[in-house]
Amino acid sequence: MDHHLEQQAAESEKKAVKLLGMWASPYVLQVRWALAMKGVEYEYVEEDLRSKSAQLLAYNPVHKKVPVLVYHGRPIAESQVILEFIDDAWNHRGDPILPRDPYRRAMARFWARFKQDKLSPPIWRWFTTEGEEQEAAYEAAVEQLLVLEKELAVSGKPFFGGEKVGFVDLSLSPLAYVIPIYEEIVTGGGGGGVKMVTEEKMPSLAAWMGRFLSSPAVRGHLPPLEKLRPRCQAMREAFLVSARAKVEQQQQQ
Amino acid sequence: MEGVVVLLNCFVSPFGNRVRIALKFKGVAYEEKAENLAAKSPLLLSSNPVHAKVPVLIVDGKPVCESLVILEFIDDGFSAAGAPPLLPADPYARAHARFWASYVDTKLNEAGMRVWRSPKGATAAVEAARKDTVAALKTLEAELGGKPYFGGDALGYVDVALVPFAPWFLTYERFGGFTVAAECPALAAWADRCVRENTCVAESLPEAEHVFQFVCGMRKAFGLD
Repeated sequence: MDHHLEQQAAESEKKAVKLLGMWASPYVLQVRWALAMKGVEYEYVEEDLRSKSAQLLAYNPVHKKVPVLVYHGRPIAESQVILEFIDDAWNHRGDPILPRDPYRRAMARFWARFKQDKLSPPIWRWFTTEGEEQEAAYEAAVEQLLVLEKELAVSGKPFFGGEKVGFVDLSLSPLAYVIPIYEEIVTGGGGGGVKMVTEEKMPSLAAWMGRFLSSPAVRGHLPPLEKLRPRCQAMREAFLVSARAKVEQQQQQ
Repeated sequence: MEGVVVLLNCFVSPFGNRVRIALKFKGVAYEEKAENLAAKSPLLLSSNPVHAKVPVLIVDGKPVCESLVILEFIDDGFSAAGAPPLLPADPYARAHARFWASYVDTKLNEAGMRVWRSPKGATAAVEAARKDTVAALKTLEAELGGKPYFGGDALGYVDVALVPFAPWFLTYERFGGFTVAAECPALAAWADRCVRENTCVAESLPEAEHVFQFVCGMRKAFGLD
């Protein structure tokens, strides 16, 4: 295709594909990385979730959340659904996001859910609590991370998707950059604090984190760590303040 | 796809019964093993070590867990036999179907559980659960619209994801104090249609009264009454 036609194709694709997102959302980032893997041009719209646009409410009336991918005017919501859509709609382009083999596809979908169901809740609890509750959450999170560690170690591959980034890597991606931020904040930024993923205990996972963040699709759109740190810090403080206030209230009753 | 197919299930499980329907829909021969969830078999524990839940589909010794993952696996793996697909071919239509199947899990099941699982006397919790359950049912009814099935003219992925909850409606109604027929007549009609027009559904679902008895037994066992 000559350069002029290529440009035209890219511009018309950009008009056909729109992504409603929010800079801090790991779910939005996953979608951006998937679109980058397929070389898809798109228009990005930043949403203010405290004041949701009429467009967002119209495109996702059921959940009113981002990300929403709009394809030729038709909306798709829920990040996992969007990732599968990107793989389906652009399956003639780039590398497959999901494996082709039905059993391996099923395993990929299973591990993606594992993160949502088993991993995210204790990690979130660890980040938003203190004392005994936090310790219990830490143990629960480490237990689940070790399951992932074993899975990756046994495969002997650089990524959960095999030789290249795939669906599971994308689904697990928040771990790659959020955990280090949480670790810093929870230990007050000082050195020698409590780490969740160490090279000692989880060598495969620790290596995967760095490898994932340097992969081609991610390199082009890194997570905004500088902006995320203060935001995460503020979130932890808000949760702790609220929890302490509840305890005080209960003690006074 | 070759190999022996085994389904680990519990007869009231809406998740397990999704898989039953899909296997029958595709004409796949399978063996079903009933699990007692209070005393899980070694096979269940070894094939689903992460969650220890039903359903588990074991094909040629390899386990697949999570009902919607299993549905897609069945659709991917058994369509070569010329059986109709559960998911449409068009990428957008597939995304649409996956969205609504996910909605059933996150919104309907979650609220429905709170209706029958609340301890005796927890009226505020049950009332909140009833509202959420009815809201989820109405949203699903709106999505069905005037179509005979969520899949259009014939049973599809979303129908298979939702219809195993129909035997649970009676349980929601008795604990929540409402009727699905009154709140969502089109959805109630759809549930009847699914059973009437599809043997794979009729043969896969338990009696609503049996589900209710099962839940009553569970409530006693957990000291909720």
